[in-house]
Amino acid sequence: MSLTLTDITLTYPDGDSRLTALDDVSLFVPAGSLTAVIGPSGSGKSSLLAVAATLITPDRGRVLVDEVDTASMRREQLTALRRERIGIVFQQPNLIASLTAREQLQVMAHLAGRSPRSARGRAMELLDSVGLADHADRRPHQLSGGQRQRINIARALMNDPTVLLVDEPTSALDHERGAEVIDLLADLTHQRGTATVLVTHDHAHLDKVDQVAEVTDGRLRIPELIMVSARP
Amino acid sequence: MEADALYVAWRDLRFAKGRFALMGTVVVLMTMLVGLISGLTAGLGRGSTSAITGLPADHLAFAAPSEGQKLSFTTSDVSQQQWLQWQAVPGVRKAEPLGVTTTMATLGARTAALSAFGVEPGSGLVPANTQLSPGSVVLSTGAAGALDAQVGQKVTVSGSELRVAGVAGDASFGHTPVIWTSLADWQRMAPAPNESQSHATVIALTTTSGADLAAADQRLHTSTVTTSDSLSAIGSYTSENGSLQLMRGFLFVISALVIGAFFTVWTIQRSGDLAVLKALGATNGYLMRDAIGQAAVLLTAGTAIGAAIAAGLGAVASAAVPFVVDASTVVLPAVVMIVLGVLGAVLAIRRITSIDPLTALGSAR
Repeated sequence: MSLTLTDITLTYPDGDSRLTALDDVSLFVPAGSLTAVIGPSGSGKSSLLAVAATLITPDRGRVLVDEVDTASMRREQLTALRRERIGIVFQQPNLIASLTAREQLQVMAHLAGRSPRSARGRAMELLDSVGLADHADRRPHQLSGGQRQRINIARALMNDPTVLLVDEPTSALDHERGAEVIDLLADLTHQRGTATVLVTHDHAHLDKVDQVAEVTDGRLRIPELIMVSARP
Repeated sequence: MEADALYVAWRDLRFAKGRFALMGTVVVLMTMLVGLISGLTAGLGRGSTSAITGLPADHLAFAAPSEGQKLSFTTSDVSQQQWLQWQAVPGVRKAEPLGVTTTMATLGARTAALSAFGVEPGSGLVPANTQLSPGSVVLSTGAAGALDAQVGQKVTVSGSELRVAGVAGDASFGHTPVIWTSLADWQRMAPAPNESQSHATVIALTTTSGADLAAADQRLHTSTVTTSDSLSAIGSYTSENGSLQLMRGFLFVISALVIGAFFTVWTIQRSGDLAVLKALGATNGYLMRDAIGQAAVLLTAGTAIGAAIAAGLGAVASAAVPFVVDASTVVLPAVVMIVLGVLGAVLAIRRITSIDPLTALGSAR
């Protein structure tokens, strides 16, 4: 139960040459721990998340989800892997406008071929764990930004993922709401034992995380000073 | 289909009510128009052709037209010799002369334009249960109505008085009601080019599958077509039917394009949602099924309402205009609308497969 990135190199075409987004990056995220990936915009931290989410295949290196190598997987297998093992929390809450809070979660069961009705209980339990059980029948436009972000998190947990990838969750929130969201992520990570990666440019809430990795110009560095040992 | 299918699609339909109602209305109106045109086409067609399609014969032999000319009920003329020889062709069970001409009839103060069909006495070509002999006439209900004629009255047809022997059927030819006379009476109305011989317009054939019609045509200088193919030999039918069918065809194509355009815009508009669902693990197949199901729901509901309105309006209008309400004018166009609409939608919705789930991440590049 972990996420391992080994020697990842990712380049993009840039005119006649190629731009290096990630340069030989390795990262180990154990189960039940929260790793923050920080760095200025354009540093490559979002590319790191996209590679971990299997949405981009790197030029070199390996992504292991639960010790399973994703390199040899076909596209449909990767889609299934995302559905079953990887939870993604998007920067914009990216909720489906026509679905209620509860249905945002139930649709995840439907994607996996299960009956949304049978997933109702789990959806309510997750909404409760993010403090929104009494907002279950509201649609996204009836919810605040912070509430949408909590539903975004609950949705990512719906299929009980091993790996939770979180993309700039606080960018649209004020300091207080941002702190609440990070607290929630830390709690859920420890409760549910997910290997959580949090990409953020916001250094305000790093005291809540277990490990901090900094990306600069595509290179990853784990500053000793703020590194906290991962919990077992 | 299980109730949980189209999970997102159903909720989109309810949530974006306004947009789908607008598109649904377009589908309703298009189906109505197609349905009304179909009913009218069939009604006009029936008025033009029902006397021929109702003939108890499978083929009609016309006089072979001269080079470059098309078959025509107006110009065809067959001789007694020809139908007698046709009767002897192996595989031909019946070969009966049929005279077709337009004429006028009067009864009292009433005058009506009619199509006179001349047949030999005892022929099976006259509607069942009526007796026809020289000097008598059988009227279709349309002709009887136009002349206000009763059985036993005398009607003047092209100068000769004929007794009404019966009223039967609603046959109509070239938009005029049909009367049946004996071949002898008919020949007085339509004199032959060569007056020495008994003649008619076409020969109505009842054949078995083994008959070599082409060889007989060669030998007897005739041109034989199936009863349904012979409709194009009715002067006005081809042009009026052709233009109405053209309109109908264009409406089908326009509908498919409009549906395609709507679903193109709709798919582009929700490509953000689609990218998110893909990133969350939705397969292309899942999203395609969802979207095509949505199009099918919209089209089925829209065409059902449109077809029902067209059938209702048609039933009311059929008192005043020729209009046919049946499966071929109501159900068939609706089914074609749905099939072509779904086809248009599928072409539009295909773009789902090219949406990159990576775009769901905030600033992936």
